[in-house]
Amino acid sequence: MMQTLDLKSLSLREVNSNLQGSPQKIDWMIKNPMGRHAIAVGLDNSINVKIDGSVGYYCGGMNKKANIVVNGSVGPGVAENMMSGTVQVKGNASQYAGASAHGGILIIEGNSSSRCGISMKGIDIIVQGNVGHMSAFMAQAGNLVICGDAGDALGDSIYEANIFVIGKVKSLGADCVEKKMEKSHKNLLKKLFMKAKIDNMEVEGFRRYGSARSLYNFNVDNANKY
Amino acid sequence: MSQGPKTHPRQSTLFDPYTNSEIRRAAETGIYDIRGGGSKRRLPHFDDLLFLGASISRYPLEGYRESCNTKVTIGDKNAKNPLYLDIPITIAGMSFGALSGPAKEAIGRGATIAGTSTTTGDGGMTKEERGHSKKLIYQLLPSRYGMNPDDLRKADAIEVVVGQGAKPGGGGMLLGQKINDRVAEMRTLPKGIDQRSPCRHPDWTGPDDMEIKILELREITGWKVPIIVKVAAARPFYDIALAVKAGADAIVIDGMQGGTAATQEVFIENVGIPTLACIRPAVKALQELGVHKKVQLIVSGGIRNGADVAKAMALGADAVSIGTAALIALGDNDPKYEEQYQKLGTTHGAYDDWHEGNDPAGITTQNPTLMKKLDPIEGGRRLSNFLKVMTMEAQTIARACGKNDLRNLEPEDLCALTVEASAMAGVPLAGTSWIPGKQ
Repeated sequence: MMQTLDLKSLSLREVNSNLQGSPQKIDWMIKNPMGRHAIAVGLDNSINVKIDGSVGYYCGGMNKKANIVVNGSVGPGVAENMMSGTVQVKGNASQYAGASAHGGILIIEGNSSSRCGISMKGIDIIVQGNVGHMSAFMAQAGNLVICGDAGDALGDSIYEANIFVIGKVKSLGADCVEKKMEKSHKNLLKKLFMKAKIDNMEVEGFRRYGSARSLYNFNVDNANKY
Repeated sequence: MSQGPKTHPRQSTLFDPYTNSEIRRAAETGIYDIRGGGSKRRLPHFDDLLFLGASISRYPLEGYRESCNTKVTIGDKNAKNPLYLDIPITIAGMSFGALSGPAKEAIGRGATIAGTSTTTGDGGMTKEERGHSKKLIYQLLPSRYGMNPDDLRKADAIEVVVGQGAKPGGGGMLLGQKINDRVAEMRTLPKGIDQRSPCRHPDWTGPDDMEIKILELREITGWKVPIIVKVAAARPFYDIALAVKAGADAIVIDGMQGGTAATQEVFIENVGIPTLACIRPAVKALQELGVHKKVQLIVSGGIRNGADVAKAMALGADAVSIGTAALIALGDNDPKYEEQYQKLGTTHGAYDDWHEGNDPAGITTQNPTLMKKLDPIEGGRRLSNFLKVMTMEAQTIARACGKNDLRNLEPEDLCALTVEASAMAGVPLAGTSWIPGKQ
């Protein structure tokens, strides 16, 4: 049975404490989010949360285990520092989607603005539209899948994360290069699409980008690349 | 050639031996000098202030009989569980990675015995650190290395780090030599790379964003623990006002003497302002917003003894924080390691290549052999002794000024020895009623 929390009548604290203290396996519906910030943050339980509308900053921040669906668009920092679980955005995402997140999967059905996946540390992010500039900046680990186009300076100063893009890449950032798409990478992409329940994407045509690893240790001859 | 009178060889004060050696080093290596610690240059500091003490117009308290409170509460504005400290001296954030595991344990032990808090750093929270620190502040840094909600909820307070006095506007640095398997795993980085942390947070920029970030942290931790904001001393009046506006429960302001594990020498010595210069503008911001002593001000950067503690508090701080002094208490730069310092091309008191991981004292290293040199139990005892001595020294001064609480010390208890210190600290030049810039 679905439990409803209405932000028109409840405070943010009341909504979040209900979710944070929820027994496992409960379905929650958040009504009237009205662009409020920090909704459904710090969850640490296997619950399903549907948010009926658009939200502000940091929705699903530091999520563990919970499955969160936003039936709208999200402000900056959706699923920031997520550890596990799922955050699915039916609309578009603002800046820093999935910033520094360690695990789980973030699915953005629309577009994602600049710095999507910044300093990501193990999360899988699938953007079904386009991403803005500096996406995967300093990305450390995990996979960023872009089913549209990427803006300027993609993967700038990237570490060991993978970026997969099917559309155009406006430009690559420092130390980011195209890498061979091996069979293992195609299998990885297939698994990610299956996990995200995306059945209309083919893995053929995706290109892979990652670190050239030439800036990992300082060398004065590379100074002009920074 | 004429054998007429010759002048004495005259060395340049501009191109002094250190400057020349740095030019040669840069020419040789092609990289800027990286080192640990804070500013080493002569700066106006607490040494340029004196306490007036009691006389006919003020009466003192008995040194060993009348009490002088040292307890301080941090973050009681919003948090259900504020930080109650027995002494107003906290331990600043220093990372596991920059410091060895035993060094972090020693700091936790020492701080706990003395009744104060210690702070994580750019690299996450270790079990040893949480286990040995009764009161632990967890830093939220731009890199977010090792940041996770479980540790966040284990913390007694959260410190949002905006800047560090040694490098306002700069990020952390940990070079490959110190990125061993455990450090690499905690930071999700390949082993042996040069790690240069970002200087900005990945998911917010200005003060309006920071206010929302603080809201998120409160929601994740159920409004239980204080949220502290740490800023580098740059534009203290505005930075402190904006931190208050963003909802900080307490603020750390770190002057340019504040140490770092590693950054560029040019950064340490040329960016930011001295600790002495940042306190009064910070206090003015708090006073104008009506929150002085309600949003606590913690001052760091070159605090070395009880006199520095008392002077910072007299200028309006609620507490201070130490880093470099704590490392020295543990054994950093101790003359007993002189032979090893000489082998590294330096001498005790000057050793600052902490990033290279060869610390003879076993503190700023990840080398398993070197780190054994520090016994965490003995180190903890030394640190607690030092903290207790600093506290007693500050109490001695406070009683001499007639104060039964360290927080009752006030600018009127002070005078300055130099015009510069007088202007920066806003206290009169000794023997006068003159403060430069004031009527």
